Amino acid sequence: MTGWQALFYKEVLRFWKVSAQTIAAPVLTALLYMLIFGHLLEGRVTVYESVSYTAFLVPGLVMMSLLQNAFANSSSSMVQSKMMGNLVFILLTPLGPWSWFAAYVLAAVVRGLVVGLGVLLVTIWIAPITVVAPLWILVFALLGAAMLGTLGLIAGLWADKFDQMSSFQNFLITPMTFLSGVFYSIHSLPPFWQQVSHLNPFFYMIDGFRYGFFGKSDVSPWLSLVLVGSAYVLVAGLAYHLLRIGYKIRG
Amino acid sequence: MAAISFQSVTKSFDNAQGAFKALESVSFDIQEGEFFGLLGPNGAGKTTLISILAGLLKASSGRIQVQGLDVQTQSALVRRCLGVVPQELVFDPFFTVREALRFQAGYFGIHNNGDWLDELLEHLGLADKANHNMRQLSGGMKRRVLVAQALAHKPPVIVLDEPTAGVDVELRQTLWQFIARLNREGHTVLLTTHYLEEAEALCARIAMLKQGRVVALDNTSTLLKNASSNVLRFKIDEQLPTDLAAQARITGRIVQFPAHDAAQIEHYLAAVRSAGLLAQDVEIRKADLEDVFLDVMGAES
Repeated sequence: MTGWQALFYKEVLRFWKVSAQTIAAPVLTALLYMLIFGHLLEGRVTVYESVSYTAFLVPGLVMMSLLQNAFANSSSSMVQSKMMGNLVFILLTPLGPWSWFAAYVLAAVVRGLVVGLGVLLVTIWIAPITVVAPLWILVFALLGAAMLGTLGLIAGLWADKFDQMSSFQNFLITPMTFLSGVFYSIHSLPPFWQQVSHLNPFFYMIDGFRYGFFGKSDVSPWLSLVLVGSAYVLVAGLAYHLLRIGYKIRG
Repeated sequence: MAAISFQSVTKSFDNAQGAFKALESVSFDIQEGEFFGLLGPNGAGKTTLISILAGLLKASSGRIQVQGLDVQTQSALVRRCLGVVPQELVFDPFFTVREALRFQAGYFGIHNNGDWLDELLEHLGLADKANHNMRQLSGGMKRRVLVAQALAHKPPVIVLDEPTAGVDVELRQTLWQFIARLNREGHTVLLTTHYLEEAEALCARIAMLKQGRVVALDNTSTLLKNASSNVLRFKIDEQLPTDLAAQARITGRIVQFPAHDAAQIEHYLAAVRSAGLLAQDVEIRKADLEDVFLDVMGAES
């Protein structure tokens, strides 16, 4: 086991030990959304012909939970270690910026995928779904989890306190996921808000992910892949840079 | 080759009052296999110096080498040589003692070193706590785990930043026996402590820092020898007159006067008697490291 693998394993074990909080709770939340919105809106909202509203909801909820939990994992781990001071145990090791990056982001990806899979398993009982292109599902799940895991790492490095962290989450991450078309197709929006939605990177992650299930999407999955992929390169570059200069972690 | 070489290390911090110099051109070497003490009052710069050594802070100028490797440019190699016990009592609340140690060794790419980790647990009196969560441990036990974590990768150079602060007598004994053994086996030890009797007993050589500068650097025995003075010590129930009190070190009922010769001792005793006071349990002893320390810190201020 090399150094970064030890750190990766520590990060995975960290959330696994409190899995009621980190896995079961978000799965339950998604299930409640599914039951309430599905029950209220089924038959009243038609997004795509031939796709029921509840079935449409499943991939959106899976992706939303996956994204939010990937973000929560790296950000809360980093802020907590900074505040408790136990980040020093890692700062004293020879682990370099790539090791930190790989360990924190991959652990966040694992948490995102586990929660996403959990949401999928409890919601498909309510609304049977199809899988048209499993590769697209996998690609967007991985890319989305990595994106949010990396953003969480950046936010965790930046935030000095838990309340700064939660403003990041409450005022940026949550609105962007909710407004990205989890509960609706952006084609149902007025033209102005459609344009605005196209500026939201989260929209492409969910839209591309949904394409894998239904073979239908608001924009081409290739366009989503290019946009999300390019955004990821920028975000990853920023995270690597911050780790390399020891932003807010080395004086 | 020196185990640790501090070369004109300077560190200034910017704060509201302007630039504050925490360290000013600190230079000294610690040889391989030494047991070295770094002493100084709070705020003298000890922890700042250790943080720069450990790569947690960057020096404003100057450089530090560990076994010939540069702390800044060869940081990964340097950190493999160093085992640092931080001063703050920090811990990761998610894990057990054994998990914390396994991870710490793992970060250095070391696994299957269970024998060494068992030895650490055994010698630091943690064997029966190995599977306890860190949260369940008392402060003293957490301190032991900090020491064990610093040693998990068996580093040749061990740095202890006030490892016995707030720690009971029993652990201090256990800890020092173990660290002394590692030192005999060839590990270099750099220690900062507030307990001067510990430093006197353990450290062969000592540097004293005051306001970011090295104000004394010598063998412990030489420092003690050069402080030629004796100390007159007695107990008293009443208050000393202010002019006498100014020259004394007073701890509750205990009064101590540094005295160079018999005449000075007689002078102090006569002064106490003429003030109408009764000195009890009078004794004269050789100056110890605490006296040297107070002497050095009191000078040129």
